[in-house]
Amino acid sequence: MATVIDTHDDHHDHGPASGLMRWITTTNHKDIGTLYLIFSLIMFIVGGAMAMVIRLELFQPGLQFVDPGFFNQMTTVHALVMIFGAVMPAFVGLANWMLPLMIGGPDMALPRMNNWSFWILPFAFAMLLGTFFMDGGAPAGGWTIYPPLVLQGGNGFPFMIFAIHMMGISSVMGAINVIVTILNMRAPSMTLMKMPLFVWTWFITAYLLIAVMPVLAGAVTMLLTDRFYDTTFFNAAGGGDPVLFQHIFWFFGHPEVYILILPAFGIVSQIIPTFARKPLFGYSSMVYATSSIAFLSFIVWAHHMFTVGMPLQGELFFMYATMLIAVPTGVKVFNWISTMWKGSMTFETPMLFSIGFVIMFTIGGFSGLMLAIAPADFQYHDTYFVVAHFHYVLVTGAIYAIMAAAYYWLPKWTGNMYNEKMGQWHFWISTVSVNVLFFPQHFLGLAGMPRRIPDYSVQFAEFNMWSSIGGFVFGLSQVFFCYIVYKTIKGGEKATDQVWEGAEGLEWTLSSPPPYHSFTEAPEIK
Amino acid sequence: MSTDNAYYIPHDAKWPIVGSIGITMLLGGFASQLNGSASASNVMIVGFLVLVYMMFGWFGEVINESESGTYGPGEDASFRMGMVWFIFSEVMFFAAFFGALFYIRIFSVPWLAGEGAGASTNEFLWSNFEAIWPTNGPGDVGGEYEKMGAWGLPAINTLILLSSGVTVTWAHWGLVANKRKQLILGLAATVILGFLFVGLQALEYSHGYNELNLTMGSGVYGSTFYMLTGFHGFHVTIGAIMLTVMLFRSMKGHFTPENHFAFEAAAWYWHFVDVVWLGLFIFVYWL
Amino acid sequence: MVVPKAHCSKRKKVKLKNNRETVSVNKLKQLFASGAVLTFMSNIAYADYGLNMPVGVTETSRQVYDLHMLILWVCVAIAVVVFGAMIYSMIYHRKSQGAVASHFHESMTAELVWTVIPFVILVIMAIPATTVLIDMHDTSEADMTIKVTGYQWKWHYEYVGEDVDFFSTLDAKSNEARQLGSGIDPATVENYLLEVDHPLVLPVGKKVRILLTAADVIHAWWVPDFGWKKDAIPGFVNEGWVKVDKPGVYRGQCAELCGRDHGFMPIVVEVKSEADYIVWLAAQKGAAAAAKLAAIEDLDPRELKQKGKKVYRANCVACHQKKGEGIPGVFPAITGSPVATGDIDNHINLIMNGKVGTAMAAFKDQLSDLELAAVITYQRNSLGNKVGDTVQPAEIAALR
Ligand code: HEA
Ligand code: HEA
Ligand code: HEC
Ligand code: CUA
Ligand SMILES: [Cu+2]
Repeated sequence: MATVIDTHDDHHDHGPASGLMRWITTTNHKDIGTLYLIFSLIMFIVGGAMAMVIRLELFQPGLQFVDPGFFNQMTTVHALVMIFGAVMPAFVGLANWMLPLMIGGPDMALPRMNNWSFWILPFAFAMLLGTFFMDGGAPAGGWTIYPPLVLQGGNGFPFMIFAIHMMGISSVMGAINVIVTILNMRAPSMTLMKMPLFVWTWFITAYLLIAVMPVLAGAVTMLLTDRFYDTTFFNAAGGGDPVLFQHIFWFFGHPEVYILILPAFGIVSQIIPTFARKPLFGYSSMVYATSSIAFLSFIVWAHHMFTVGMPLQGELFFMYATMLIAVPTGVKVFNWISTMWKGSMTFETPMLFSIGFVIMFTIGGFSGLMLAIAPADFQYHDTYFVVAHFHYVLVTGAIYAIMAAAYYWLPKWTGNMYNEKMGQWHFWISTVSVNVLFFPQHFLGLAGMPRRIPDYSVQFAEFNMWSSIGGFVFGLSQVFFCYIVYKTIKGGEKATDQVWEGAEGLEWTLSSPPPYHSFTEAPEIK
Repeated sequence: MSTDNAYYIPHDAKWPIVGSIGITMLLGGFASQLNGSASASNVMIVGFLVLVYMMFGWFGEVINESESGTYGPGEDASFRMGMVWFIFSEVMFFAAFFGALFYIRIFSVPWLAGEGAGASTNEFLWSNFEAIWPTNGPGDVGGEYEKMGAWGLPAINTLILLSSGVTVTWAHWGLVANKRKQLILGLAATVILGFLFVGLQALEYSHGYNELNLTMGSGVYGSTFYMLTGFHGFHVTIGAIMLTVMLFRSMKGHFTPENHFAFEAAAWYWHFVDVVWLGLFIFVYWL
Repeated sequence: MVVPKAHCSKRKKVKLKNNRETVSVNKLKQLFASGAVLTFMSNIAYADYGLNMPVGVTETSRQVYDLHMLILWVCVAIAVVVFGAMIYSMIYHRKSQGAVASHFHESMTAELVWTVIPFVILVIMAIPATTVLIDMHDTSEADMTIKVTGYQWKWHYEYVGEDVDFFSTLDAKSNEARQLGSGIDPATVENYLLEVDHPLVLPVGKKVRILLTAADVIHAWWVPDFGWKKDAIPGFVNEGWVKVDKPGVYRGQCAELCGRDHGFMPIVVEVKSEADYIVWLAAQKGAAAAAKLAAIEDLDPRELKQKGKKVYRANCVACHQKKGEGIPGVFPAITGSPVATGDIDNHINLIMNGKVGTAMAAFKDQLSDLELAAVITYQRNSLGNKVGDTVQPAEIAALR
């Protein structure tokens, strides 16, 4: 039943308004997607600059550049900016651009709210970054904002709390929009089990977001009242418990890390079949595996807290539950490999980043599994081993997938091909340097270097130097990436509609770049 | 899912940016005020007014569109789902505080009192502390206080909220049956009951602060009590305002038996607030 | 952190608690380890900087090490298979090799296999993990108890029932070298950042129960050679235990972000033979008594100020800074401070009892009468302040 889906009569043929107001008042999913992606790139640079300060100070033992207090601010804000400012908005931007295209819909379901979801973010981050200029500086208690330490913060503290509230509002609205769009805006013949995996993974991610962002909001609200209104949620003298905060935080925090990876799984599941020229292996088990991961993510939170002194039964439960996540994640990895198996592969930049993703994410997954073993985690916890783990899953995981997506869809978005040679260079420089950056951190952690320290004993000097060098090169290669993107937007070889020989899906049936209003007529799906 | 009319994509949304400015002023002003800045409360008030202005503007636009028949079943479905998941997010917000309450009662207080693995905690730090609920902790934070009883005002408030749930449903029946008088009467009753609840809650707070010495600073009991009931009261207020708007709209002749999503959204929200209250009554006041 | 050679194959069995079954984790381990031990990991383990987790000096730490190696090798083995298949595919199934894409996209059997096998592997890992965990939780039948309290940024050790307690702070040499732009090369400082003024002293071969708590924020007590770390949480007491096999000096650090100087609160444990330990303990008791007596004497202001400077540099600079300028917004300046230049009783009270809810701790348990008197006098008459009055140790003692 192909029906005509059209925008309202008054606005027929209505192109974008012009000037700044176009971007401020836009309700168009592509415009908003673009805004999100640009914002995310800026935040990646801001967060990356802070990482560079961290690596610079850790280049050799001794304090050379920054005060320990400032170092802690760098660590804390680096993480908050990267997670809430770079990775999450990048995924939301991709969702905005791609979901309507992939499901054959005209736009997002709630376009005005879509605009607000984005336009809260710059304000929230202005507030967060503004704390650097306040008395006492930016928050310095780690991105996990544990009390009582975080309560010692200066004037920046309440601003950070409210910035987190605003990010939460933005994320929840964005997630609601994604769910409603997927449920309500699909072309009639696009059944749920025909949806591309990127749509599926985002669908599940959106549920995670709605379920946990409000919990984070609750947690930081309690921090606020503990500091300013005499409550004692996290103070033993009043009958509370600092560990309570950790439980609530990680009830949010663990699902959050899957929020940062599930859309990445989706992206990779789009790209690998394209360049293997072979349909995705095990589509339905991919869907079930994603759902299982999402479900399990709610019952493993305390693996971040093995050392807080939980009762034995608790530690055992969380250890077993955490280990279980390896099973559905393994299914995904094996399915990707089976998709490549007996394919006819080519290795354009998106594919390179996807393969890099699969390999290095798996390495990060393995170290995650090691961390899940509670008695061993007593040694690993709060060391650079953990830092290595999560950068493998976040940088070579989430960020790599985002890079892959950018190369994969840039020609579709801009109508121009990026420079393939440059893309390949970007990949190889990044991949070599990122391993120099993060692999030695495993050794540092095992050898006993705690995380969140600005200075260390001399036995750790060598690996830290390597790590820093890797960091600088990796950082510069991201500058190169910015240049490639810029060039592609400015011009280049014209892209065809299908762009990639093996690409399948609705987005490739539209022109490159697609029309301002996506599917004004619902497409038919085979 | 599929619709016979076109899906309406609005253009030029100018309210979101107003909302962002408003919320930033509100929260930024609040934060500065917490930091001790005297003039910040002005910023806060302006921010609040901007937000109110935004809501009038935004909702006004949506109402106009709705009344002029812009929306079809497709848009309606989107709004419904959006509202459902918004309410779910609110449920999770409350879950955080209920979780805190349960954790404190089941784990932290007994632990401090030496139960289970808390033996040495009790022995070395709080040797005279016993686990009884309510408590203001081993540090006797906030000094002597009295518990808020369940069977006075709170019980009355429970009745009020429950009956408001009934009246709003009755109003809905009226709307569906196109009995406008029943709709307006039912809504008016609900709004009155809603604000009555808020008023009584305020009375209860003043009783707590002035006579029971039960404050936010009365240890974890005071903390959880005021946090949970406070956020609930705040939500009741929002719900009651929403219903008031529905009342005015009904009086202006808005809504038809087929098309009254806004009314339903407000009613759902009201039921949600109601259910949360039952949880509060049981776990905060009664048990 | 030297790893004993061929450690894995020496230990034949992992003992389960309560003499239950013994599990031959070893077979598996040997399997994975045999060929691979010659590689990377083990070679560098002999270098004098650590690359791998230390085997440590307790039964627990060895168990943890074994567990760590087991999971490591399991992961390596899986990685070889998974990446092997992938690389094979990338080499042979590429378009430039003329590969033509097949079109299979489902196989129930294959999916079942790679669901079940990982699950079984996980169960195999979980078994030894569970036994070790149960063992670590057993703090019963300890020979002695030490209560450890984390402060910003030092440790307090109390020998429960022995009337011995002391603070343990970053060693002065390291402290000097670690200041921003100190110009001192850390390499010239022995045990840079891993040295303290008063190490914790323990007897060898005794099961020591360790109670952990904190005075201000959360810290974590960690000595890698003991095989575990645990958080020290204000208002709560956590337990752990350690039984060290061989005398020596073992070093660790605070492992939970605890503010500005989190990186500078090391832990040093000196494990002595039992005889030496008893001698040491007796000496501590004597010294404590002597210190109490000595403190009663009055001192002249100059002496107080000099001593106060030392105390200030050791305890207060982290927040209030070298010249007393503080850090705006978080730590108030001492220079010109209304407290430090105002009523002296007020000042004494603040230093002794701290200010609840802020980072300003109660120092009366952390410092002696003499030290308190000295630092208060110093603050009033130095750091740009010139109040002129002094306070004597005896006055402080009277206020306790
Ligand atoms: C994208 C983000 C992301 C992802 C996907 C993961 C994935 C996993 N993480 Fe990670 N984690 C973080 C981000 C992430 N993590 C962050 C940010 C922190 C630190 C937070 C902080 O303290 O600041 C952290 C910390 C962290 C800890 C706490 C460490 C500590 O502080 O002491 C633990 C402990 O269990 C853990 C475990 C795991 C596990 C088991 C997985 C699993 O999902 C991994 C599963 C994948 C695989 C196992 C590989 C593929 C599988 C196969 C090939 C099948 C066969 C394999 C086997 C049978 C072994 N993580
Ligand atoms: C998605 C999340 C994400 C991402 C992408 C990154 C990216 C990076 N991280 Fe991040 N990191 C976290 C999440 C992330 N991190 C988290 C959660 C923590 C824990 C915080 C805590 O303990 O509370 C952490 C902590 C953390 C630490 C530990 C700090 C400590 O414990 O004190 C370190 C240290 O090396 C580090 C380094 C890096 C580096 C070098 C990158 C690089 O990949 C960044 C590369 C990008 C750029 C560099 C930007 C682009 C280029 C420019 C800006 C131009 C300028 C370039 C030059 C001058 C060379 N990170
Ligand atoms: C962990 C950080 C920290 C350390 C260490 C610390 N202080 Fe403080 N100090 C504070 C803070 C925070 C305040 C502000 C308390 C408040 O809000 O009133 C403060 C306040 C003070 C004041 C009052 C200043 C004023 O004008 O209000 C004095 C005097 C003082 N400290 C002395 C000391 C002395 C002496 C020492 C060491 C023996 C010391 N402090 C160690 C954090 C610290
Ligand atoms: Cu104490 Cu970190
Ligand atoms: Cu986790």
